[in-house]
Amino acid sequence: MSIDKIWVLAEVVDGSPTGTTLELLTQARAMAPTVAAVTWGGGAASVAGTLGDFGASTVYDAGDLSDALPGVPVAASMAALIESGERPDVILIPASYDGRDIAGRLSVRIDSPVITNVVGITVEGDEVLSHHGLFGGAQVATARFTGDHPWIFVVRAKSFTAESGGGAAAQVTPAPVPELGSTNTAVVLARHVEERTGPKLDEAEVVVSGGRGLGSAENYALVEELAKLLHGAAGASRAIVDAGWVPYSHQVGQTGKTVKPTLYIALGISGATQHLVGMKGSKNIVAVNKDRDAPIFSVADLGIVGDVHKVVPKLIEALKAHG
Amino acid sequence: MNVVVCVKQIPDPAAPQGLDPETKTLVRQGKLILDDSDAYGVEMGLQLADQAGGDVVTLVSMAPNAETSGLRTALAMGADRAILVSDDALQGSDALSTAKVLAKAIARAEPDLIIAATESTDGYTGTLPVQVAELLGLPSITFAKKVSVADGKVTVDRQTEAGYDEVQCPLPAVVTVTAGVVEPRYPSFKGIMAAKSKPLEQLTVADLGLDAGQVGTSGARQEVTSVSAADARSAGEIIEDDGDGYENIVRFLEQLKLV
Repeated sequence: MSIDKIWVLAEVVDGSPTGTTLELLTQARAMAPTVAAVTWGGGAASVAGTLGDFGASTVYDAGDLSDALPGVPVAASMAALIESGERPDVILIPASYDGRDIAGRLSVRIDSPVITNVVGITVEGDEVLSHHGLFGGAQVATARFTGDHPWIFVVRAKSFTAESGGGAAAQVTPAPVPELGSTNTAVVLARHVEERTGPKLDEAEVVVSGGRGLGSAENYALVEELAKLLHGAAGASRAIVDAGWVPYSHQVGQTGKTVKPTLYIALGISGATQHLVGMKGSKNIVAVNKDRDAPIFSVADLGIVGDVHKVVPKLIEALKAHG
Repeated sequence: MNVVVCVKQIPDPAAPQGLDPETKTLVRQGKLILDDSDAYGVEMGLQLADQAGGDVVTLVSMAPNAETSGLRTALAMGADRAILVSDDALQGSDALSTAKVLAKAIARAEPDLIIAATESTDGYTGTLPVQVAELLGLPSITFAKKVSVADGKVTVDRQTEAGYDEVQCPLPAVVTVTAGVVEPRYPSFKGIMAAKSKPLEQLTVADLGLDAGQVGTSGARQEVTSVSAADARSAGEIIEDDGDGYENIVRFLEQLKLV
């Protein structure tokens, strides 16, 4: 059961493959001689060049799905390909909103379990071992499948570094969606784009996050202002997402996004294990918290024991003066 | 309208956690509590049921040792009844096996709407609700930040990378809710007393018509092979703010050439 063929679910946003897609293609290329991408949304031909450059020789195209949520039709298209004999040994799926839907649906369609929250993969002979952060990243668990291929891994962003491989454009092969009936009835009525001035949370070089210590939802403006000044993205601890101060898309941590920026600034975040697992891989960490015993200080390169309401406004003023 | 809310009873996240050294699965013995993530689903289910009037909210859970303390919390919040699947054969089940068990249990409640959290706090696999939907042949809308039901359809504001999408599908359907969508109510004293006499049906793997060999450790097709300490990250400089603490941050940013 050697690893000969890997599929990567290629998510395309605003006409380009996502960062995680390119990271997974880079990893797949190092693991197996044949890599194919699976995509949807009507733009397969226009991304075939980039997907090929990063390692895919083929791009299976589930086509323009119109307004359907992709989970059901894309999984069905992949399952149909597998039933027709195009059987990959490993399937790598980005841990995104749609990626997780597709992984769950595909798992049932081909009756194969899924391993999620993967942050690293190693190949030893015919074995593929996945690595996972546990207990706030203090421990690393290694897991594997014991059943038949294909093995489905759902991988978190920034687990690998994307590198172009210089390959030729991938060949586009249609992968039609079979008739699905009432299961495939979730449709998007309207898309709302919320204004975002800075970079994406999991791609930003600087991330500024806020927690309970901010005291109120209004004070999250401090986090946003500092993030903007540093051309970074604004994140949040689970506590203030649970409290409804900011949406789930801002959440950094185990049940949120993994970020690995050059600089992570934690404002009023105590550093529960839930949070640490999502940001401990940052190159530099600065924390401001009034509790000297807060666990966040155990991972911070620079910790300021103080009141965020006093420290942060002064910091913002100083950075503005800095120009 | 029959509403099913999937709930998980988990070890208290505030208490020390550990893995079983032999099976390397989470230790789930002892008292379990209602996963915080599921309190949002329970509240959402109760609110939708209240709006429609005359609806039944059924909790469905799978737990070791016939554990019911988390279910009692959700019943005390106002859910009408609970179905608990508990069987020694289920220990060590992977997410797909768990989905097969829960799908069978959920189907017994003949639901119009099935609500679950996007992921549990302890295992955070995050695929189970969609697997249940596929097993039951139902549409699903995940990552809901707003949910409404009218005219046999559910309409959801679904979180996206760019903002949110308004998504609709006919019932029956599965919806997963993100944390913070609603404010979960605290159980009242009256609710807590009432919960003690609410119906709680306990089922085994055999009751659901499943083969014990397909679930639990024997049916799992994935395993944890090792657990080791991660590279430790050492603490740096900790400074008490005396009014000029921000200057240390400015200097740090300068060193990184970020300003």
